[in-house]
Amino acid sequence: MTGPENPTDQPAGEVEKATVFSDAPADLPAPKHGMFGVEGSGDTTGFGGLVREPWNPPPAQRPYGGYFDEVVDALAAAYPQFDAAVEKVVVDRGELTLHVAREHVRELAQVLRDDPALRFELLSSVSGVDYLGTRNRLHAVYHLTSMTYRRRVRLEAAVSVEDPHLPSVTAVYPTADWQERETYDMFGIVFDGHPALTRILMPDDWDGFPQRKDYPLGGIPVQYKGATIPPPDERRAYR
Amino acid sequence: MREAPSRQTTEGKVYNVTGGDWEDVLGEIRDDRIVVNFGPQHPSSHGVLRLVFELEGETVTDCRPVIGYLHTGIEKNTEFRTWTQGVTFLTRADYLSSFFNETVYCLGVEQLLGVEAPARAQLIRVLMMEMNRVSSHWTTIGPTGMELGALTVMTNSMRAREKCLDVFELITGLRMNHAYIRPGGVAQDLPEDAPEKIRDWIKEMQRELAELDRLVGAQPIWVNRLKDVGWLGVDGCIALGITGPLLRAAGLPWDLRKTEPYLGYETFDFEVPTDDRGDSWSRFVVRVAEMHESLKIVEQVLDRLEPGPTMVDDPKVAWPAHLSIGPDGMGNSLEHVQKIMATSMESLIHHFKLVTEGFRVPPGQTYTTVEAPRGVLGAHVVSDGGTRPYRVHFREPSFVNIQCLPALVEGGLLSDVIPCIASVDSLMGGCDR
Repeated sequence: MTGPENPTDQPAGEVEKATVFSDAPADLPAPKHGMFGVEGSGDTTGFGGLVREPWNPPPAQRPYGGYFDEVVDALAAAYPQFDAAVEKVVVDRGELTLHVAREHVRELAQVLRDDPALRFELLSSVSGVDYLGTRNRLHAVYHLTSMTYRRRVRLEAAVSVEDPHLPSVTAVYPTADWQERETYDMFGIVFDGHPALTRILMPDDWDGFPQRKDYPLGGIPVQYKGATIPPPDERRAYR
Repeated sequence: MREAPSRQTTEGKVYNVTGGDWEDVLGEIRDDRIVVNFGPQHPSSHGVLRLVFELEGETVTDCRPVIGYLHTGIEKNTEFRTWTQGVTFLTRADYLSSFFNETVYCLGVEQLLGVEAPARAQLIRVLMMEMNRVSSHWTTIGPTGMELGALTVMTNSMRAREKCLDVFELITGLRMNHAYIRPGGVAQDLPEDAPEKIRDWIKEMQRELAELDRLVGAQPIWVNRLKDVGWLGVDGCIALGITGPLLRAAGLPWDLRKTEPYLGYETFDFEVPTDDRGDSWSRFVVRVAEMHESLKIVEQVLDRLEPGPTMVDDPKVAWPAHLSIGPDGMGNSLEHVQKIMATSMESLIHHFKLVTEGFRVPPGQTYTTVEAPRGVLGAHVVSDGGTRPYRVHFREPSFVNIQCLPALVEGGLLSDVIPCIASVDSLMGGCDR
């Protein structure tokens, strides 16, 4: 869990140093020492592993297992630019993920839907994930289902906040219409070629993209029996 | 005249009408189109759904659904709670089929954790989901009747649904928003009298279904209002991502319980009801048939239930909920308190760590699906290795299915819009999340 107030790229030791500051001016509250009352790091035990490297799934090695080899081979045979389009093949927890270059998303979707050996007729879901702290942090994730072969594949395309453009797949899968609108609404990913890319869940005049990781949850402090409980995203918590 | 705020889009000028400046918009559009705003607060809109129609006489020429009135940020909220607390939020998304929301999320978390719920917990999940399917379909059929002016259908269905909720209350303690299914199993075992009560419930449901059949099964107004209204074929369904009773009413027996079985559904004996008309009547017929099939599954679960654990045997994941009813209400059982406070230091540590910190889930992502009453319900669960979900996205059948409304109603009469909305049966709580 990362956020502007709790960046994970900051080593825990530095946070500790900042709070256990020895030559603090006298008008500041006394620095806190020891395991209790340490602020900033969130973790009051120190045993929970304070710094985590961003997870980068390793590319899968052949054979991928199950029907995954067949799907990848059929896609490579049907799509001439396969090597340029598919950057990485990941097999994790029994699911096949193709990390694809964004400019190929639409054509790949077309091939995946139409090729007789693939036949992914149903675009089950489009969603976004914000991997804050990585270069292309906004990921659009497509879950495809082949009703003919009863197979699944996940496409993942990454874009940056500065250039959040992806080709829309609405022409291939009309069901992507609202799902891309939701992803735009929540993450600010712009799907080029979408017939009417407007906000869908948030009000039309809303500022910002709520599901991004640097967008605060919001909320107001709650008073309970005289004590004030901060809103959920400001509470001290284990990360 | 004050002009409504507007902006240029690829589709032309779009007016931002919030706050009652509708007349200003109509004043500026100088042609013969009649624009009718329907909802979001309307007794026939099946929830806070808003539709903007363009009419030519009584015929709908254009329909635009507007959603988002019930958006509560459930997905964002789960990112700030532990994995176990996530259930509490997600159960409220599609609040008429809570057990499906809980199950699909828990299946995802379990897949990330690499654990599997014990056999009894899996059976209880199937049991709860199938009872939930019955109660959810009652809440589809009831409002359909109310919206068409057949109020007895509504009152009868609500009476039947209340009997379902009584059973849920017996088992989970709550009528709705149960948070009963947890990562690793279920919150607690069935009460001792549950199987007997559920068998009584099955008989009640069969009586209620027979009564529904007598009431509207051949009632000419009911049949005529639904038949040949809101047609959508298999190709249209798949292009628009429509699943569930709508797809099966169009003729494709696509039911994840059969096609991609989970929780041992392949071992149960039941049919996937289909119909070939693809209209509102077919959807009604399919839903009623599905209720009968669900009762069959519930009966089979009861026959198979055997004593056993209902939570994974892993003290680092299993929520330490050993509850019992004491003189001051429900709470941790005395034996559990005795164990953690007096005899087992490790149990105390596990209890403390799980309740305050929660468990960590190895990084990765999964997409799990279940066949919910409204169609394919998917959960895209992403973990960064922490004690909280990094991202949870629900592929809500309600959200996806509303997209077909324009296809159903355009070219038809305004009065036929009502059975169309009702037969799509999108629940706005799930749609907007």
